[in-house]
Amino acid sequence: MEKGFNTEIISPTKTLFKSTLKEVIVPAFEGQMTIMENHIPFVTFMRPGIIICSNEDENNFFVEDGIVEFSENKLLILTSTAVSINDLETNQISKLIDETQKKLSENLNDKERYVFSHKLDVLKGISK
Amino acid sequence: MPSLDDLKKRIKSVKSTQKITKAMKMVAAAKLKKAQEEAEKGRPYSEKMSNIILNLTKTVNDPANAPKLLVGNGDDKTYLCVVATADRGLCGGFNTNICKLARKEFKKILDEKKELKIITIGSKGHDQLKRSFGNYIIQNISFKNRKKISFKEAEEICEIIINLYNQKQFDKCIIFYNNFKNVITQIPQNKQLIPVDLENSKNNNAEFNYEFEPDEEEILDELLPKNISTQIYKAFLENAASEQGSRMTAMDNATRNAGELVDKLTINYNRSRQASITKELIEIISGAESL
Repeated sequence: MEKGFNTEIISPTKTLFKSTLKEVIVPAFEGQMTIMENHIPFVTFMRPGIIICSNEDENNFFVEDGIVEFSENKLLILTSTAVSINDLETNQISKLIDETQKKLSENLNDKERYVFSHKLDVLKGISK
Repeated sequence: MPSLDDLKKRIKSVKSTQKITKAMKMVAAAKLKKAQEEAEKGRPYSEKMSNIILNLTKTVNDPANAPKLLVGNGDDKTYLCVVATADRGLCGGFNTNICKLARKEFKKILDEKKELKIITIGSKGHDQLKRSFGNYIIQNISFKNRKKISFKEAEEICEIIINLYNQKQFDKCIIFYNNFKNVITQIPQNKQLIPVDLENSKNNNAEFNYEFEPDEEEILDELLPKNISTQIYKAFLENAASEQGSRMTAMDNATRNAGELVDKLTINYNRSRQASITKELIEIISGAESL
């Protein structure tokens, strides 16, 4: 039987999520990434997106940035911005969308533009 | 010999001071519990963060090309010292202990003929240090008007530090704070932020061959500033818990001292009351005898 691997999502103030899972999807900086058991060790960081831990909404998190480490069958996500999607309210999302749009209209370098346009897409996706 | 009225007034004033210190102790105890919990919850984040950094540094083969935040820029001429203290007093030796350690370190740096720059966080530390090291203080940051210190504040400070570093304003950065050991003991500590302090953690020998995505340098560029804000946040949490712990002990002592003082004053009061009664009696008796 498959056992899965340990997953922890930790923010500076507390441990948000801790469980044994078979599959996690993280929004890595260069594209979405699905992690399964016995993945080779890796380190990467995230762009704005959604961490999908399971099919239920309450275990999925919206993040803006953070670091992902996988080693010895342990997945570790360090982020200061994770919010459970259930906790995000509609007006909060629309406020975030407005802010992001404003930022996008300013002068940005390529990297910032990339990050913010992703943030906008993800937020629009959630609000639907 | 103070009069009976004076003694009465003093007893009353000491008693009301005792009430205040007792209340402050209770408040500190309640806040301490919260601060302690937060400090404990925050620990995994900073621990795991330094673990990742440590593992990553093992893969850096070419120190010349490694990010400057990690290995330093080769110089150690200018030191930036960040002294984190509280905004409020009445907490025993809390602020003084940090300043004492900081002063010692400042003297050492100046004796070695190196340049010194100081950033103080919290008004109490600034007040204590500006007298003897006022010329070296380049900035004083205070969060007095904020309700709660969160990760955002740590990031703000981190940004200031990194900006200064990029402008080549300093070569090494050290932060001073109180480490919370338990309610009675808080240990003032200094920790090197830039370059990353690898000395203490060399005994960890686990080796991983990581896959990097995107490449190693980009990850380190992203990770190192985060590590600094994490360390600063950790210092804040430890400081908050230490401050409340220190205040609780100090106020407990003050309450006890006030109690002793009240006992002593009450005995004095009773004695002089008795003395005046005896004196009156003697006067009456000797008056009656002379008739």
